[in-house]
Amino acid sequence: MNRRKIIEEKIFRILSAIATYSLIATLAFIIILIFIKGFHALSWDMVLKAPKGGYYYGGEGGVLNAIVGSLYISIGATIIATIIGVPAALYINVYLSRRKRMQNFIRYILDALWGVPSIVYGAFGFTLMLFLGMNASLLAGIITVSFLIIPIVVRTFDEVLCNIPKGLHEATLALGSTRTEMAFKIIFKQGFPGFITALLLAFGRGIGDAASVLFTAGYTDLIPIHLDEPAATLPLAIFFQLSSPIPEVRERAFAAAAILTIIILVISLTARFLSKKYSISNLK
Amino acid sequence: MYLLKEEMMTHNKMINIVDTDIDTDSILQISNLNVYAGDHHILKNVNLRIPKNKITVLLGPSGCGKTTLLKCMNRLSDLYKELDVSGHIYIENDDILNTYKNIPSIRQKMGLLSQRPYPLPMSIYKNVAYGLKLKGIRDKNLIDYNIERHLKEVGLWDEVKDRLHNSPHSLSIGQQQRLCLARGLAVKPRIILADEPTSALDPISSKIIENLFKGLKKHYTIVLVTHVLRQAVRLADNVIFMSHGEIIEQGSPEHLFKNPQTDKLKEYMVDGN
Ligand SMILES: Nc1ncnc2c1ncn2[C@@H]1O[C@H](COP(=O)(O)OP(=O)(O)OP(=O)(O)O)[C@@H](O)[C@H]1O
Ligand SMILES: [Mg+2]
Repeated sequence: MNRRKIIEEKIFRILSAIATYSLIATLAFIIILIFIKGFHALSWDMVLKAPKGGYYYGGEGGVLNAIVGSLYISIGATIIATIIGVPAALYINVYLSRRKRMQNFIRYILDALWGVPSIVYGAFGFTLMLFLGMNASLLAGIITVSFLIIPIVVRTFDEVLCNIPKGLHEATLALGSTRTEMAFKIIFKQGFPGFITALLLAFGRGIGDAASVLFTAGYTDLIPIHLDEPAATLPLAIFFQLSSPIPEVRERAFAAAAILTIIILVISLTARFLSKKYSISNLK
Repeated sequence: MYLLKEEMMTHNKMINIVDTDIDTDSILQISNLNVYAGDHHILKNVNLRIPKNKITVLLGPSGCGKTTLLKCMNRLSDLYKELDVSGHIYIENDDILNTYKNIPSIRQKMGLLSQRPYPLPMSIYKNVAYGLKLKGIRDKNLIDYNIERHLKEVGLWDEVKDRLHNSPHSLSIGQQQRLCLARGLAVKPRIILADEPTSALDPISSKIIENLFKGLKKHYTIVLVTHVLRQAVRLADNVIFMSHGEIIEQGSPEHLFKNPQTDKLKEYMVDGN
């Protein structure tokens, strides 16, 4: 190796190291900031109680209403997105495997949908809601968020499925499987880690998004029990508290942000654990 | 228990049919097979008979259409929209290219062994059980019995009997290839289609597969694609030499390799290996 190459190599190494570590540092900074700022307000009351009267002026209570609302909406939406998204991804990869153009077209559309800002989904959900004569409610929120995350489920899962070697398709069909058997018994299993990643991404986006639930889920201090009741969500709880003039309430916004972060962290660690446990090289 | 025994016996009989049923000497006939991909004429009017319980080796330079020919035989060619297949392929009086029968049941008449092993994403046990279940075998004892039988058939039983429920990815590539063979045999095919099955394997694993083939031809008909001339000499009962989508020469290996009739085969024998 000549001198120039050695120097080039060093410079690139340093540059990419800087990029990597500054990224991690920024992330760490954000998380630490949230926890420091919210530390005082973070208490069991925060997690276990719904807001009492005057909560938004510094009164007693917590954000349990928003935690429950957010979990209901994101879990509900993830379930719907799975029911629709998984067969769709399998369809693209198994039944459309001969039709490359159609495949690419669908992928292109889904990528575009993925990129649509969530406020647009919010507006769409709102219109749909009015059209159906629904009120802002848990159900409307779930439906709107599922629109938002279906493209994520399909494309993330699809990206893993389309890397499954054609040889496995052929081997499976050669044994005399039908396409449906192949899709659900073989291809789904082979792509299982991708399935987990898809759920995780979709859930994370769903629970963290404010704009899509702004008009559709409503907001309430009560814990939602029925699908037709309005539901609070963590992103909106953060938003409302952060815009308060009272410092204690703003502190609570950070505490709520910390709670949201912890939920996402826990979910993603569980998902990682599951996907490792059930990955193909580890199956029983 | 009695029932189980009886089932096993009928099961064994089904295998024996292959042994006794020798009134015709070819199991697969191809006539006027043409395959196009757009303007590219991949297989040019192929006519061919595959003798029963023999090893037929397909030989020819890269890109001459060997894999395509194999894929037509079990209609995996269906997976490629761009391939336009016409002609007749008869297996046991079924014209499989023009049939109303369902394709999965036709594919089960053939086991496929590809260049690389593709174990299914499930345990070693379930890999073999998958084929049995497709055949409608549900009885647990019968499944266990057959799994042992087929794993023994490919000489893998002793190596895996203590870890049947592990992932096949814990096996070596050579063992995986034999697992795929066992899985294919579980479907009780009449023909084994093998597309360069040893090209990804080490010499010892290749040898094992070769020896298996020699034994398996008692019960099955084998169509083997290979690039290794010496493998062809060792295994073939019948050699088919192809070039540019056409069959150039065919015959027994002794005959063919001693007196190649065409320049193409002579060239291939010099450069091809
Ligand atoms: N799906 C397809 N679309 C277009 N062309 C194809 C397709 N499949 C095969 N071909 C072409 O047909 C010819 C024969 O291919 P095939 O794979 O059958 O060759 P082969 O004899 O198996 O070669 P190798 O020894 O390298 O495996 C090649 O020129 C290939 O490019
Ligand atoms: Mg080939």
